[in-house]
Amino acid sequence: MFSPEELEVLGLSLKVSLWATFLSLPAGICVAWILARYNFPGKILLDGIIHLPLVLPPVVIGYLLLVFLNPNSPMGQFLKALNFEIAFTWIGAALAAGIMAFPLMVRAIRLSLEAVDEKLEMAARTLGAGPLSLFFSVTLPLITPGIIAGSILAFARSLGEFGATITFVSNIPGETRTLPLAVYTLTQTPNGETAAYRLVIISIAISLIALAISEIASRRAKKRLGFER
Amino acid sequence: MISVSVRKKYQSSLIDINFETDEPGITAIFGRSGAGKTSLIDMIAGITRPDQGFIKIDDQVLFDSAADISLKPELRNIGYVFQDARLFPHMTVKKNLLFGWNHRETGLRRIDLEDVVDVLGLDKLLERSPVRLSGGEAQRVQFGRAILSNPKLLLMDEPLSSLDHQHRQEILPFIERLRDEFKIPILYVSHAMDEIIRLADKLLILENGRVAADGGVEELTGRLDLRPLTGRYEAGSVISAVIVEHDRDYAISHLEFPGGVLRVPLMEGDPGTQVRIRIRARDVSVSKTAPSDVSELNIFPAKIVEIASPSANDLPHCDTLIDIGVPLWVRLTRLSIKNLDLKPGDEAFALIKGTSVDRQNLAIRKGQDHA
Repeated sequence: MFSPEELEVLGLSLKVSLWATFLSLPAGICVAWILARYNFPGKILLDGIIHLPLVLPPVVIGYLLLVFLNPNSPMGQFLKALNFEIAFTWIGAALAAGIMAFPLMVRAIRLSLEAVDEKLEMAARTLGAGPLSLFFSVTLPLITPGIIAGSILAFARSLGEFGATITFVSNIPGETRTLPLAVYTLTQTPNGETAAYRLVIISIAISLIALAISEIASRRAKKRLGFER
Repeated sequence: MISVSVRKKYQSSLIDINFETDEPGITAIFGRSGAGKTSLIDMIAGITRPDQGFIKIDDQVLFDSAADISLKPELRNIGYVFQDARLFPHMTVKKNLLFGWNHRETGLRRIDLEDVVDVLGLDKLLERSPVRLSGGEAQRVQFGRAILSNPKLLLMDEPLSSLDHQHRQEILPFIERLRDEFKIPILYVSHAMDEIIRLADKLLILENGRVAADGGVEELTGRLDLRPLTGRYEAGSVISAVIVEHDRDYAISHLEFPGGVLRVPLMEGDPGTQVRIRIRARDVSVSKTAPSDVSELNIFPAKIVEIASPSANDLPHCDTLIDIGVPLWVRLTRLSIKNLDLKPGDEAFALIKGTSVDRQNLAIRKGQDHA
């Protein structure tokens, strides 16, 4: 059904997107928490920086990553000393995708955090729940619909990431050539249309499946929280 | 012993409240909206921080501005029953009930799930989602959840105000059972005097952020000077009594009180049970001579204590306070007072209809020492 090249592209894309999503999830919850619950000087600036990937051209983000993390930069040297290479590797692709998807993740979680009834949290405190227990036994379960929605959005955004990826980690077959990059390459290749069509259909299928999973999961979560019957 | 002395300035009002209570039963906090009732219990729970003062339960200091002590709500070990049930929607009723219990140290868990399920009749609800409970059921679960956290003090903020009249009547007996079974002191915020009379022993009346009066329910509801504050319910008197015997042939119960024996329609409770009854002022009449051949079952010698001047000149009646061993309010017409020439200090007889004490006016208490 799939050619070995297609399987390679597909597997790499899923790997990069899943890692991008899982790694940005804890950070996304922390940042959403800070933005939803605290007021502090510089909040607008922090909010702006987090939203930059949404408004900047992706190429700019990719270029900035390249400038700061290329193997000859101080940070790149430091990572190399730790035997950890980011530039021109799939890890770099996951980082680029994670950064581009981060604002979507934060927005979804922040919205659900703001919707949590703080009266419920106060009730939990009068029942003896300290900060940690309060978060894990009350707040976190209540924001699961937001976490699911944010994660799926971030995953879908990562799957489609193109500009930052190609700028930062280039287009290396088997290492950084994800689905969009592969489609792009094929469209630039003579007689590549048929193969490109196949990848396009695969992309559409994956996106639909992701959206369906998201819908089912958030319905289940909402039902469990009693928002729907 | 709970001692509270708190002061807090708000934009347009001031809370300045001092009180102490060592009542094991229910102390009601009564006042109009804006009098500071909820602010007061929020301070006790640690939800709001007073500007100055202290809050102590027994020897434990919960708040002391002088020593810069202010325990967080989760460390105060005070149960709070909110107006709205605030059950956790992602947990079953059972998990909700055990939430506070799970946060208590094992050695301090005096009350367990079975006790509460039994007293509050929750056995059929345990596996349900809180979203599918009626308002009354949700409140019962909230009572249970608060009790199961094994608190030293239970705060209730108008727990019945979100329910309709019928559901309120259904919940009241549960609160009575909580009070009598678990012996946790309760501060009960309410602006419904009928609830207070039924449930509470002690009463704290707040007005504009200050304590207007502090004392026993019977005493304060009988005080004339407090009528502008307490008088939003139908005038009447509250009397504590003990069941002496039941006359089952005629379905009459005999209740002993400091003025003698009162005969009322048959009520529940074994002889010896403490009860509290409310007699409406309009169900009492007065005669200057010893009445005979009248239908009233209860006739007591009385002394006129005070005749209140009517609140408006076009009203036909004046409330009159008489003494029959306990203070009793009587609603008389101004015309009767003139015809009988009643004056404070006069000797007379009070006639109380047996049927005037109905089921709703009765509060049965299992515990002793409430006389």
